[in-house]
Amino acid sequence: MTSFGRPLTRNEDPRLLRGEALFVDDVELPGLLHVAFFRSPHAHARLLSIDVEAAKARPGVVAVVTAADLGEYWQPGPLLVPPPPVPGMVFHQRCQVPLVRDTARHVGEPVVMVLAESRYIAEDAVGDILVEWETLPAVGDLEAALQPDAPLVHDDLDSNIAARVHQARGDYAAAARAAHLVLKRRFIYDRGASIPMETRGVVASWDPRADRLTVWDTTQAPVVIRNGLAAMLGLSERQVRVVAPNIGGGFGPKMMMFYPEEVLIPWAAMRLGRPVKWIEDRLEHFFATTHERSQIHDAEIALDAEGKILGVRDVFLHDTGAYDPYGLTVPLNSQCTLLGCYVVPAYDSLFTAVFTNRTLVTPYRGAGRQHGVFVMERLLDMAARALGLDRAEIRRRNFIAPDAFPFDQDVIYQDFSRLSYDSGNYEPILDKALHAIGYDDFLARVQPAARAEGRALGIGLVCYVEGTGIGPYEGARVQVQGSGKVSLVTGIGSQGQGHATAFAQVVAEQLGVDIRDVEVVTGDTDQFQWGVGTFASRGAVVAGSAAHEAAKVVRQKVLKTAAAHFECAEEDLVLADGKVHVAGVPDHAITLGKLAGLANPMRGAVTPGTEPGLEATSYFGPASGATASGVHAMLVEIDRATLKPTILDYVVVHDCGTVINPLILAGQIHGGVAQGIGNAFFEKLEWDSEGQLLNASLADYLIPTALDVPRMRLDHTVTPSPLNPLGVKGAGEAGAIPVGALFAQAIEDALDLPAQGIEIREMPLGPSRLWEITQGG
Amino acid sequence: MKITIRVNGVGYTRDVEPRLLLSDFLRHEIGLTGTHVGCEHGVCGACTILWDGEPARSCLAFAVQAEGHEISTVEGLAPGPGKLNPLQQAFQDAHGLQCGYCTPGMLMTLTAFLAENPHPDEAQIREALSGNLCRCTGYQHIVDAVLRVAAA
Ligand code: FES
Ligand code: FES
Repeated sequence: MTSFGRPLTRNEDPRLLRGEALFVDDVELPGLLHVAFFRSPHAHARLLSIDVEAAKARPGVVAVVTAADLGEYWQPGPLLVPPPPVPGMVFHQRCQVPLVRDTARHVGEPVVMVLAESRYIAEDAVGDILVEWETLPAVGDLEAALQPDAPLVHDDLDSNIAARVHQARGDYAAAARAAHLVLKRRFIYDRGASIPMETRGVVASWDPRADRLTVWDTTQAPVVIRNGLAAMLGLSERQVRVVAPNIGGGFGPKMMMFYPEEVLIPWAAMRLGRPVKWIEDRLEHFFATTHERSQIHDAEIALDAEGKILGVRDVFLHDTGAYDPYGLTVPLNSQCTLLGCYVVPAYDSLFTAVFTNRTLVTPYRGAGRQHGVFVMERLLDMAARALGLDRAEIRRRNFIAPDAFPFDQDVIYQDFSRLSYDSGNYEPILDKALHAIGYDDFLARVQPAARAEGRALGIGLVCYVEGTGIGPYEGARVQVQGSGKVSLVTGIGSQGQGHATAFAQVVAEQLGVDIRDVEVVTGDTDQFQWGVGTFASRGAVVAGSAAHEAAKVVRQKVLKTAAAHFECAEEDLVLADGKVHVAGVPDHAITLGKLAGLANPMRGAVTPGTEPGLEATSYFGPASGATASGVHAMLVEIDRATLKPTILDYVVVHDCGTVINPLILAGQIHGGVAQGIGNAFFEKLEWDSEGQLLNASLADYLIPTALDVPRMRLDHTVTPSPLNPLGVKGAGEAGAIPVGALFAQAIEDALDLPAQGIEIREMPLGPSRLWEITQGG
Repeated sequence: MKITIRVNGVGYTRDVEPRLLLSDFLRHEIGLTGTHVGCEHGVCGACTILWDGEPARSCLAFAVQAEGHEISTVEGLAPGPGKLNPLQQAFQDAHGLQCGYCTPGMLMTLTAFLAENPHPDEAQIREALSGNLCRCTGYQHIVDAVLRVAAA
């Protein structure tokens, strides 16, 4: 039976379940040194002097490194993602540095690196370091940062503007003039953190005999790190091996180039001739691993009397933190994803990215898409109310029609191509969701009855699209081993997405083997030389397609080799259960392993041009991304005394094209929703006016527990993508994207806030903020 | 100081500093890296081990305190090399793990929980899990895994 599309359990699980899987902090090497960092205690301060003598003198300390000790190696990091080719765009590149040399620009920026025989000693020595600072006023508030007298994060610029991008099409002003209704609102989305359960870490080892560097790194993009490290360290790529073994959750922030620690640990290993390990502790993680999400939107929507959108205008500020190496991916996602499932004839969007004295902002699951969805979905809710329309109906009236695909949105997306939706069919998704959640019955019967009893029950219903599976490319190599097992190697890293299973299903489909006999290797640059990384829900789409193409070629080689062996036509062969036989003669089968041997003769001559083995490498690069879509619906009850929400039902209907493994897909959606719930109701980074983070621990920054995340009910529709051979679209971020908008709508509904003239226009909430809002604050 | 700690039925004698955390002892002194560390402040539960059969956070104990106690870790769960016990198998069957980083702590918490309450309902399972954070799964498939074991 074919394995593709079935809910198969995962190949990677047994080792993880037995505690045998390798994570970065599990790497132990003889002579290993341990690193701890002295980090800036100030959000903005000039560095006057550093005294490391006491630290150096501490027994067990091997080296203490400041910016001055790095010499020429001290360089600002490269720009990982250049800005988009939008005419008139402004972009000021200011990238992070390995160690603070002159000015610290956010709390937690590394200043001194201590290397010692144990982490305990290294941390003791950090306490010995004396640094003199001249503190400078810090900027955190986005609007204050743009005032003419604001302190400058980068004083060589004349403002805190990091970038400005204007994208427009159609004539919004004319649309607004012609409109029956124009609504204007301000929306605020505050900062959160990704909090993978495994923090970051780097281990590096220089082998002088092999003349090679090996780096174990919790990165989502090992090949990119390998190439960058080689360039910085003056090595050729073949001299550097980067391994991203099992990674304990990525969610975006483990895809950065470069974190200071990634630059420093390999350098130290080469300098000292000893292997070096640094593992981030949870406190460091809150300051030093990138954040996401502060934006302020001033948005307006113009509609006709029937509720058809005529145009949207949005002006927003985006907090990029102290540096902007990740370019404009996040605000571009917000700008583009706002358009959602809808026809928006006129769109005018201007964003300003702002430097602040805070940790850098880079993509975290959803990567700005949720901001766009929040703004658009909230505007539609408000418009529906003003026009006396049902929430579902106003969405239905504005959906892109199923025959309008491919649908050109005519804005530049994060992959620099013009955003075009490849395929979609939105009404069936909405109908399924309405039916599953019992929408009509809830509004007609359940809610009025609950209200009569004094209970605050509400329903939410939110639509979204997710641009996924963008280029440029990934590759995969498929090889039949002598054992008859099949190996699949690709350059991306895995952080729990089940690639070792999903890719095995793709390969097994072509080669007629059990998925347990497909050995998938990801995240080792010695195994595969080329690749970009795991981000933007692209692993299954791009690397999966490459695996499919490579497996197809290997299938041809298998059949060709078997045809020669059986002296028959390829068409007469059957490839199944790891063997090939002539149709009708299953007893005379030859195994894939034997065929691999035949394809690799040790003596004699071959036809010129013959390649040995049953192996193929393929690359896949989609012209543009595949657009997935979906609807989330939920029933919520709010405790009127505590304002704590209890989710009574949660439905996700999702269309991500062809599904490789429904079990893994369900897990991706569950996890995304859980993060969305955290983002909507629990998680908010709290700062004081000096730029100090006040809740930098898991005891203070609360991520959802098993008591906070409800049971979810999932359903799917399937509109295959025409842009890849599998028809798949990415699904990694879909769960997280609409949850904020959904909470806002459902809570408003439960507490009947609009009747009191109150709207929810911000994220995240939390009981105390919700209480303020209900009091009109 | 010299201590001997029994882990999964085997005695390990090491010379350690009094301040060495039990989690670091397990992971870095005796190489049992299955126990993970997610916060080192007692919140995430990734480092959960069994201390005389009771779940405990190995990041909140010093190794020296464990002398004379019976410690169990994830490496001791499977009935043999290459095998899984019923709870581990249920985790695989229900897709109860993604990155797998929280999983050892989950398994240890649940091992103690199921020993006391072999047939819990969903609400009891969620309560039992509420001290172990997972950032990947949204918990639903973990709950499903435990329900499978509870039904067996
Ligand atoms: S590492 Fe011990 S509870 Fe988090
Ligand atoms: S599976 Fe990744 S943290 Fe639980």
